[in-house]
Amino acid sequence: MQNLNQTKQKHTLHRFNGGLHLPDNKSQSLTQPLQKAAIPKRLTLPLQQHIGEISEPLVKVGDHVLKGQMLAKPQGYVSAPIHAPTSGTVVAIDVFPIPHPSGLPAPCVVIETDGKDTWGGQLEPMPDYMHVDLSILRERIRNAGIVGLGGAAFPSSVKLTPGLDNPINTLIINGAECEPYITCDDLLMQTQAERILSGITIIRRLVGAEKCLIGIEDNKPKAIRSLRQAVTDHELSWISVITIPTLYPSGGEKQLIKVLTGKEVPSGKIPATIGMICHNVTTAYSVAEAVLEGRPLISRYVTITGKGVAQPKNLEALIGTPVSELIAQAGGYTEQVSKLIMGGPMMGFTLATDEVPITKACNCLLAADKTESPDPQPALACIRCGQCAAACPANLLPQQMYWYARAKDLEKVQEYNLFDCIECGCCSHVCPSHIPLVQYFRFAKTESWAQEKEQRAAEKARQRHEAQLARKERLEAERKAKIRQKKEALSATKAKEASVKTASPDDIGEDPKKAAITAALKRAAEKKAKLAESGIKPKNQDDLTEAQKQAIKKVDARRSSHEEDATTTDEQGG
Amino acid sequence: MLIAIAALALLALAFGSLLGYSSIRFRVEGDPIVEKIEALLPQTQCGQCSFPGCHAYAEALANDQAEINACPPGGETTMIALSDLLGKDPLPMEGGAAEEKPKAVAVIREDECIGCTLCIQACPVDAILGSAKSMHTVISSECTGCELCLPPCPVECIDMKPLEVNTSNWKWPYPGDSANNRSIAASSVG
Repeated sequence: MQNLNQTKQKHTLHRFNGGLHLPDNKSQSLTQPLQKAAIPKRLTLPLQQHIGEISEPLVKVGDHVLKGQMLAKPQGYVSAPIHAPTSGTVVAIDVFPIPHPSGLPAPCVVIETDGKDTWGGQLEPMPDYMHVDLSILRERIRNAGIVGLGGAAFPSSVKLTPGLDNPINTLIINGAECEPYITCDDLLMQTQAERILSGITIIRRLVGAEKCLIGIEDNKPKAIRSLRQAVTDHELSWISVITIPTLYPSGGEKQLIKVLTGKEVPSGKIPATIGMICHNVTTAYSVAEAVLEGRPLISRYVTITGKGVAQPKNLEALIGTPVSELIAQAGGYTEQVSKLIMGGPMMGFTLATDEVPITKACNCLLAADKTESPDPQPALACIRCGQCAAACPANLLPQQMYWYARAKDLEKVQEYNLFDCIECGCCSHVCPSHIPLVQYFRFAKTESWAQEKEQRAAEKARQRHEAQLARKERLEAERKAKIRQKKEALSATKAKEASVKTASPDDIGEDPKKAAITAALKRAAEKKAKLAESGIKPKNQDDLTEAQKQAIKKVDARRSSHEEDATTTDEQGG
Repeated sequence: MLIAIAALALLALAFGSLLGYSSIRFRVEGDPIVEKIEALLPQTQCGQCSFPGCHAYAEALANDQAEINACPPGGETTMIALSDLLGKDPLPMEGGAAEEKPKAVAVIREDECIGCTLCIQACPVDAILGSAKSMHTVISSECTGCELCLPPCPVECIDMKPLEVNTSNWKWPYPGDSANNRSIAASSVG
């Protein structure tokens, strides 16, 4: 086997700047074989265990759920669903303490388990994954709730949908596990090599890479051997398992790419811009489980270690298991325990309580004693020794960034590429003045994000205010225009009336009453003339008595004499 | 002598026409300094500076008719940014209120709202929704926390609710600022 290790390694390795040789402390948790953790009474599942939008609950309190059932669906593109790790009853959907550096509570779904562990809603296995449509594979990975399990918890389906502008040629699989104490990836590679390779094959298909490089630090010979064996067995010539020197933080994405290929990912860019994509071994394993078994991400390997626990070991635990239960299953705390850290000693954060659940991204629980994690010494003045810059694996100038972060000059600290900082802690570790450099950078990062958010909000408020002013102005203009129109309309009718009056050749005068009378007379005369024309005479004149005839004649005579006097009046009635 | 006068006159004419042309060709609409000032202001449109809205305050600052310390929502940060931009000396905040109020949004107690629409008219960013005799509500994502809706409300059913700190907007503390010093255990491992 030793022979196999040496002959296969033909790959030229490169070096990133700085880094640290740390005592690896991995053997403690490898003395015992992997065990399955018992199903706890209660599981607490935070609705946000990933980067992106929080998931939306699909269940309500009192619902009975089955193992593998989706409890919360993703909201938006960058999001992931949450599944029930075992069967039981939903007892609460509320805020509970979660593992977060702030110690703040967040929305969770709490399940009281029934101990039956009944599967339900299991996804259809896809043994023929080489011929399944790519979009179906991606949909499956999304529906299985798979996120980057190296620690960042970025939804994998998004990362496995590379853009057209950046064709991927190399798939990097990260098995470096560079943080001291953590051994869960190591154990997974030792025991699940075949599954990991299936996962890699699926990922390779999805991103269209030609070759795959698996980088593993040389302090994990068993993992290297088992993966190499599996590669040879399955004749996967496009996969190279590469042993890299143990140097913290070679498991950083950009650092591993540099070590394996010699290429540097440009500042502020993702590896896809140089045709590479990087996934963790555990992610590859979970992808294989989701596709081959239809099993969503409901459990993971967790290392429980440190001098603060009686029996350091690795457990396969359900997501949502309380930290206290896992500690109990590792023999409980020892007397020396002083601090409980989630994650590794370099990048992990202290937990204020062990009554928080483990999440998808949690790879290690470190119950440290005073020697493993001493209290930070008081910070002294920076002496500009430059050791931090020499140790920085991201090629930054920590001492320079420190000055600006301390002065809260966020613009300047960003000019020094603050956002390329991976928070690995090398600078703080080597600082002879014990300055908590990483803390300054974390402060500057979150402060910058908040400022940016505020600026965006201010810009939006400005636009809304301007829109309101414009609307008010428009409404005012419209109102004025309406009033003007009304006025104009009114004066127009007046003018018209006036013009009608002046235009009529009426000499009766201005009185409209007289005008109406003349008009009526005119109409009557016209009517009478029309009747006379067509030979129709008033019928009441046919058979009249002599007296009546006389009377008519008299009236006629009087009228005609009257007509002679006044030519203006016509005959009245008929 | 004549040649000199002629040469100078010619030069003056040439440059004059050049300047005249560029003042038309490269005319700048409005005052760019106003925009720069406005970008620094918090855009709450609250009117606490005694000007109607942030734009008006920016114009007043550009014309030297206002002091740089008149914006309480922006606080000291904005005052210092303005002093940098305008080359003025930093001033203590007006009213001595150096510390900033925590960010808050207006919330209407909906069962008490009588639907008078007065707050809707007062809101500078159209963040209140409702119509006459119907309940009103605040779109909290759009609310700038200017408090202009508080005085017009006849039944005083609007509260200012401070923004809650949660895991998504939480910020790492300034090192040494508080006891809440969750430092990474990066000093000497093992």
